[in-house]
Amino acid sequence: MNIHEYQAKEILRRFGVPIPPGEVATTPAEAEAIATKLGGPVMVKAQVHAGGRGKAGGVKFCKDAATAREKATAILGMQIKGLTVEKVLVTTAADIGTEAYVGIIVDRRTKKAVFMVSAAGGIDIEEVAATTPEKIHYHPVDPRYGLQPFEAQQMGFFLYQDPKQARAAAKIMQQLYAAFLATGCSLAEINPLVVTPTGDVIAVDAKMVIDDNELDRLPAVAALRDESSEEPSEVAARKANLTFIKLDGNVGCVVNGAGLAMATMDLVKYYGGEPANFLDIGGSSNPEKVVNALKIITADPSVKAILFNIFGGITRTDDVANGIVTATKANPLKVPIVIRLTGTNEEIAVKILTENGFSASSDMDEAVQKAVALAKGGKAA
Amino acid sequence: MSVFVTKNTKLLVQGITGRDGSFHAKQMMEYGTQVVAGVTPGKGGQTFENTVPIFNTVAEAVKATGANTSVIYVPPPFAADAMMEAADAGVQLIVCITEGVPVLDMTRVRPYVMEKGARLVGPNCPGLISPADKAKVGIIPGRICTPGPVGVVSRSGTLTYEVVYQLTRAGIGQTTCVGIGGDPINGTNFIDALEAFEKDPATKAVAMMGEIGGTDEQEAADYIKHHMKKPVVGFIAGQTAPPGRRMGHAGAIISGSAGTAAEKIDAFKAAGMGVAQRPKDFVQLIQERLK
Repeated sequence: MNIHEYQAKEILRRFGVPIPPGEVATTPAEAEAIATKLGGPVMVKAQVHAGGRGKAGGVKFCKDAATAREKATAILGMQIKGLTVEKVLVTTAADIGTEAYVGIIVDRRTKKAVFMVSAAGGIDIEEVAATTPEKIHYHPVDPRYGLQPFEAQQMGFFLYQDPKQARAAAKIMQQLYAAFLATGCSLAEINPLVVTPTGDVIAVDAKMVIDDNELDRLPAVAALRDESSEEPSEVAARKANLTFIKLDGNVGCVVNGAGLAMATMDLVKYYGGEPANFLDIGGSSNPEKVVNALKIITADPSVKAILFNIFGGITRTDDVANGIVTATKANPLKVPIVIRLTGTNEEIAVKILTENGFSASSDMDEAVQKAVALAKGGKAA
Repeated sequence: MSVFVTKNTKLLVQGITGRDGSFHAKQMMEYGTQVVAGVTPGKGGQTFENTVPIFNTVAEAVKATGANTSVIYVPPPFAADAMMEAADAGVQLIVCITEGVPVLDMTRVRPYVMEKGARLVGPNCPGLISPADKAKVGIIPGRICTPGPVGVVSRSGTLTYEVVYQLTRAGIGQTTCVGIGGDPINGTNFIDALEAFEKDPATKAVAMMGEIGGTDEQEAADYIKHHMKKPVVGFIAGQTAPPGRRMGHAGAIISGSAGTAAEKIDAFKAAGMGVAQRPKDFVQLIQERLK
């Protein structure tokens, strides 16, 4: 789950990270009022779940409160990478001396949380990583002991020669690591970490991505979710415990398991069709999930044929069959459906389907070819 | 012969009284697996299906029954603790089926299990099955497997079933199928399974199924190139998947590459592996290599 910059900053502030004051606004008037309260020049920053906000014109320097109102008017409602800006952060503009980068990510290769720090921070950090990798220092943290003060200090001195600044950065890294753990992050980054002309080390931008698997046990973090900034169809799918990604084709796919779902999409393409979506109904099944999956798929007018590909393991194919029957009784289908299922409780599933007028195949290639042909308006091969 | 799960597997089921645990414990018993114990805290002293004793703790279960393998069906918030409990009790092979285990939990569980000298498979995996030994640990449907010379290793659950099913229908059996799971931090990886198959005299060829994301498949291809004599056929799911949404700068900095299907398939080709374009293609590619 993504959270906004202003939310990440509120979390980091609680852990002691020095961050310029700021508040979030949803109207130009609010933005002006916050700027007046803060006094002096401010930054108005679009709060959307997309990178490259600055390059898209969603981050502006404002010399006074009147300018803040004007810039907020322009930014609110703006589209950045297909997302509408609903909120802006109005924050005191920091004087920037140098910009560094500090990030932590759960790394699948080392199987640890890994710190990445670089004195060459700012918006071009990925370019720095690609062209001058020696400018980035990597430090995996041993999860049994956590980040030790000396480790943080080593990284602090990698960033700054001035001992006071190195120690200040080390302290921020300890605070960032504590916040990373407590918030259930898979990623946390401060970019840029700024040294002001007076020598203070402060965090000017922050990003956190939360591991979805943490949300059940961290309700306060789960409450930070901003549904207005997500795809509506994906919000509906998540509420139904399904993983759904909308694509451009016309074969609606309902599959169990991410690997098989991707392989099914690949096969649709292999046989000359285009998948309309990625939809994984997941492991442990119940008929309700299938009902919801069909609702989401049939809501898409570009879907010309529906393809079920279910290989039962922990998913019981009879649950899926019952779901199909329940859903289609309530809302009769307007497009053809091709059902392939095999595995756990297959005999019961096939019996349920045939008794209700459906046919089921046990061959994946056959079912995919049939669905592709039907989506093209042809007869089933 | 087979790898990891054999005739000598004495299995205990953590979460045996839950919906999934009880269903699959029964399936494993029907397949022929020696299910010697169940663990559900608070239900110690009861029996499962009138035959399998239930214990409150894994330590008690191991002491009383000599269980050497554990399979975990407990809900995600308790899975990390269950894996550590099994490792602490001296269980040698721990298979965690549970999906949705927080990744930060796994950063602690993995070194803990390794220090105790246990092997972990999963989490978020379908487990293992060795058809010739009639031994199944996990949720892979037994009826789709048959004994034979092919080792199977996969990051995906249901995609594994698909390939095994196609192999079996074509009369090609398996030594052991290993589902390693798709989570970012897990126990056994491709290379561990490949190493075991290379050593197993009964395995004559290996089928390997990967997915987009990460670099595990590329590292496995490198291992195959330098350390394996047996033929390996690979498949990558997600050739048509749209690029995922970006995870801040850190994701791009650390991976250095996107882990695309094309990149992985190139690595397979460079290692001299057969590349299946469809799950079905495994049949012919494996047949050619078994001759």
